[in-house]
Amino acid sequence: MTSSSPVARAGDGGAAGPAPVTPHNVPHRGGPANPTAEALRSRFGDAIRRIDVVWGETTVIVARERLLEIVRWLHDDPEQQYDYLSDVTGVEFRDPEPPLEVVWHLRALSRRRFLRLKVELPRGTPLEVESVWSVYRGADWLERECYDMFGIRFTGHPDLRRILMWEQYREGFPLRKDFPLRGRFSRAEQLRQALAANPEARYSMEELSIADAFEDLPDDMRQRLKAGERTGE
Amino acid sequence: MATTRRTVDVALATTGLDERGRPVRTPLVTDASGSAIAVEEPPMLEPELGGEHMLINIGPQHPATHGVLRLVLELDGETVVRCIPHVGYLHCGFEKIGEYRQYNQIVPWTDREDYLNSIGNNVAFALGAERLFGLEITERCTVLRVIAAELSRIISHLVWLGTTCIDIGAFTPFLWSFQEREKVYTLLESWVGARLTTSATRVGGMAADIPDGWMDGLRAFIGAFPKTIDEVDRMLTKNAIWVGRTIGLGTMTAAEATNYGLSGPMLRASGVAYDVRKDFPYLDYETYDFDVPIGTNGDVYDRFLVRMEELRQSVRILQQAADRLPDGPVNVDDHRVVLPPKSKAMSDMESMIHHFKQVMEGPRPPVGEAYLAVESPKGEKGYYMVSDGTSKPVRWRIRPPSFVNLSAIPKMVEGHLLSDVIAINASIDIVMGEIDR
Repeated sequence: MTSSSPVARAGDGGAAGPAPVTPHNVPHRGGPANPTAEALRSRFGDAIRRIDVVWGETTVIVARERLLEIVRWLHDDPEQQYDYLSDVTGVEFRDPEPPLEVVWHLRALSRRRFLRLKVELPRGTPLEVESVWSVYRGADWLERECYDMFGIRFTGHPDLRRILMWEQYREGFPLRKDFPLRGRFSRAEQLRQALAANPEARYSMEELSIADAFEDLPDDMRQRLKAGERTGE
Repeated sequence: MATTRRTVDVALATTGLDERGRPVRTPLVTDASGSAIAVEEPPMLEPELGGEHMLINIGPQHPATHGVLRLVLELDGETVVRCIPHVGYLHCGFEKIGEYRQYNQIVPWTDREDYLNSIGNNVAFALGAERLFGLEITERCTVLRVIAAELSRIISHLVWLGTTCIDIGAFTPFLWSFQEREKVYTLLESWVGARLTTSATRVGGMAADIPDGWMDGLRAFIGAFPKTIDEVDRMLTKNAIWVGRTIGLGTMTAAEATNYGLSGPMLRASGVAYDVRKDFPYLDYETYDFDVPIGTNGDVYDRFLVRMEELRQSVRILQQAADRLPDGPVNVDDHRVVLPPKSKAMSDMESMIHHFKQVMEGPRPPVGEAYLAVESPKGEKGYYMVSDGTSKPVRWRIRPPSFVNLSAIPKMVEGHLLSDVIAINASIDIVMGEIDR
């Protein structure tokens, strides 16, 4: 690095506490839990359903209704400072008995802590959970993907629409266990739909309204715009 | 409009300067001494000039979108008012397919998501699976994986460097970096037999040990490669055009970058010293002596500097790994997980049973879940695996760093010029295979 460079070097990241080491011989269950788990339990009581330590990683299963409140506290509390959202995803088990799970992986960068939050969505209840977008902007696309793949609705998300699949995709939610590996429709039907698709329809309603290109649109899109449709449900 | 306080010495005179020493296109001004330039931030949106907005579609088939990214831009004149990215054109359902595959059969899929970092992904996946299996890998395997991961980082950063130069208009560094990249690929080829789709790791070890004399090739590369970094450094770091086209673009503050979940060089350029290798170590990275470069301004130029320095640090790590590579077995001595040698499988009854069970059923981890993140060249790459005790994962999740990094692009490009969108997009270092999976 040349001397004029504005790039500074950080030795060990400057974080608090001793330098971390690679974990070795981690027990399957048990072992020391992340101290945040106990702090959560003492503050939120019944909203903390269960605390698991699996392979050295602490999982806290929380009540669905209080998720956003808990995440906001984890982010804002000066003792916790979970300022980084690594991942949001869903899990569905092959066994139809256990509930679907939504999983958040949080990090406290300055304290070098890692916490897994989970919410269980029992069968028969609506697949809905609060969005953490208001706390972490990084949740935007992660929640959209989770909705796209599992059909879990994140209430409060500003723009919850499909992200990896296209707007007009009608086969369902691909990562659900009742979704067959090769897709729900037959190959012939998939081909028929692909050939019949209108390439213009790849523009979302929102973008076309920017362009004021309404008059140039195909008839079906004009009708959808008039009907106020915005996202492909 | 506030001027940024940074000054950058411009060493190379370029034909792009006008009579007052200002590059023609870029918003640069010469200061009183004439030796340094203070760089203004690009003009922000001027509402009084707001006429009719125009909709511009870039991609999905556009060389500067690094694959099949599509950006829909709303322009006011040449200034971006709004950016709506579209991804998913390369969606293959890797995560769904993984639920129907044994753990070792998933390794080839990891090659194909972030295909510039394929051997690094192999290492990351194997580490995640080993945590799920509760396995401790051998010392030699640990060091070999460090070598693999760092070579992979060098490849990925070189491709980033070359393609970004092309995007911004410099051609020569592209040739230099791709020449070096070929050398790494040749090394990988002689190790695992493949250049791009390496599939080098297995749960509990590697597919192959390094061949005789391979370390000599690695040492020769380590010795020669820093010269290329220096050449690129001389070519770009103080180049007026390069500086003018990269500085002050796509700025993210440290707080914003953290909140948007950026990782890797994107986050570090903003001044947050978060490196998974340091903060949540794996592969005994804490025993290597290396620095984590961080930037101060979080713009495209700082991301360039951070990546250049990471190349040098990777060479340092490679040097240490080459010096400490111990002898011994590569794979763990547990034939419930690692295939026994073929000769034993044909002669020894117990080995044959292990061989049969592994090929027909695959190794079974206990019930549990594991999230293992590594520092990939793009940022925090995590593999989250959930097991129900069978030989196939219930859920295999990739935490894609460039997906999350790309999600901040509307924030980064708004208010900038259309031509700067290309530079900002290039600075994210996206690989669509990883974003769409």
